[in-house]
Amino acid sequence: MAHVEPLFVASHLHKRFGHQVVLEEINLAFRQGEVSGIMGPNGAGKTTCFNVLTGRYKPDRGQVRFGGEDITGLPPRTIARKGVSRSFQLINLFNDYTALENILVALPEVRNRGFNMTQSLSRDSAAMDKAAAILRQVGLAGKELEPAKMLSYGDRRALEIAVALAPEPRILFLDEPTSGMGTQATVRLAELLMDLKQRYTMVVIEHDMKFLFELADRISVIHWGQVIAEGSPAELRANKWVQASNLGKLA
Amino acid sequence: MALKVDSGDRLVTRPMLILFAVLVSLPFWIEAVGLYQYLGIEIVVWMIYALGFNLLLGYTGLPSFGHGAYFGVGAYAFGLIQLRVVESLWLGLIAGILAAMAAGAAVAGLISHRRGIYYALMTIACGQVFWFTSVKWRSVTGGEDGLLNVARPTIDLGILSVSLRDNTALYYLAVAMLGVTVIGLWRVVHSRFGKALQAIKQNEMRAGFVGYNVWLYKYLVFTLSAGIAGLAGSLFAMAQKSAYPDVMSLHSAGLVVMMTLIGGGFVSFWGPVVGTAVFFLARDLLGAFTETWLLWYGLMFMGIILFKPEGIVGAWQDLVRRRRSAGTAEGTGFLPRLRG
Repeated sequence: MAHVEPLFVASHLHKRFGHQVVLEEINLAFRQGEVSGIMGPNGAGKTTCFNVLTGRYKPDRGQVRFGGEDITGLPPRTIARKGVSRSFQLINLFNDYTALENILVALPEVRNRGFNMTQSLSRDSAAMDKAAAILRQVGLAGKELEPAKMLSYGDRRALEIAVALAPEPRILFLDEPTSGMGTQATVRLAELLMDLKQRYTMVVIEHDMKFLFELADRISVIHWGQVIAEGSPAELRANKWVQASNLGKLA
Repeated sequence: MALKVDSGDRLVTRPMLILFAVLVSLPFWIEAVGLYQYLGIEIVVWMIYALGFNLLLGYTGLPSFGHGAYFGVGAYAFGLIQLRVVESLWLGLIAGILAAMAAGAAVAGLISHRRGIYYALMTIACGQVFWFTSVKWRSVTGGEDGLLNVARPTIDLGILSVSLRDNTALYYLAVAMLGVTVIGLWRVVHSRFGKALQAIKQNEMRAGFVGYNVWLYKYLVFTLSAGIAGLAGSLFAMAQKSAYPDVMSLHSAGLVVMMTLIGGGFVSFWGPVVGTAVFFLARDLLGAFTETWLLWYGLMFMGIILFKPEGIVGAWQDLVRRRRSAGTAEGTGFLPRLRG
């Protein structure tokens, strides 16, 4: 049987800032149709890893491949256009735009004609319908015309995910989607992500272990900038490294 | 999801008609209120300049504090065409616009990867290079004296030709150019390109992560804005019958920033128009009472920045909103009310 390369592969990644080594020999593979989790203590290098994988930082060494193509060091816009989308730990929206406009500008058909200096967007009813459908998908129906800055924190989190969904990604990176959310909102978000799990390949950084262990098919543990353990949630619960750390108690 | 057509979709809007009604009638009453015809030309030329500048500052969030350079390049290019090539209005205007766009494109290529304070400082530095060049390159620019006796060429439309020697004729040419600029820019800011610019202003990083080539948008908008400054500069050269380094100075470049901010360029397309009119009226009306009018104008600028950064139009919008007290939150968004 021929070897099938996972959808997204990071090999031997190194990243340092000055004398500080942040990522060291990181090897990760995310398979099509799976939800991959990344966990680890604060400062372990999880978000830096995301930033390297999605093009915000160039790795000092190593390679990132997506869909069999080398995307190492490409700028975020190029990586995004290839089908990699992400959300941010700190909410990153177009705050003055309404929820609907946030989605509209992120749609590929709108973005790809972004240099058109004569045609108005407000007459593109197909794009409007599509943007409204994405908002419905994340539970923001009825809030289309609310400015992003006026939405509640939970709704802004949902909108953050919706903006990441709008470019029709082949893989979705979510950086701590439950960060700062209360119990009710976390439950709502968990339902949303379980729903998205049926349709998207996802990679999720998360501190909420219960949340991550229920959501993910495979989990990688990063500590001190290295992957110290990998496996299914069940395998990780049994892993001696994980058990020896604080993460073990949570798992 | 059907949408009502909002004013952004229209080619000509009610505020445009009001503005042009006022401007077209201005020569008939301006002297009756104690002002003079030439003031109209100044106001309209600077309105064009400020509207183009606001495409950069208000719509894309890019602070260019050396924009006088492109105004000046337009003025010099127009003057050089008239003095050294041929007396031609259209050739002069095209040369003014293209020269300013070329200068803007060269600078934009250097600075478009920057943002914030670094971007602003680079625009100042590049603006100073143009200013210094205009002072020192005497054989071309005439040095500190500038280019003198720049012609006001005749408008030649084949069957009709109109002399621009009279200030009123030049004023109407400037109003026509303002009309083209307003309608063109209104279209641009409400187009897909304009929405992308506003997205970049709000969150440059996010725009990149949804696939926008932010550098290219910043490059294009700077070049376009410089071209509009070049158009204004060309008209200015005709108005002054000269082109000189002062319009490229940091001081002069600061004036357009003040006009744009005082008017409310951050919240309204019309902010620069209002700000320009207020500046020139303040200059002439306050100036009639005191030589220190710029001090009072500066204090007004500080007051607006401190207490109402949205400017005069922002204050007006607040007033209207309070009166209507609809109580519905609205974004700066480009979408009107939804129905269906």
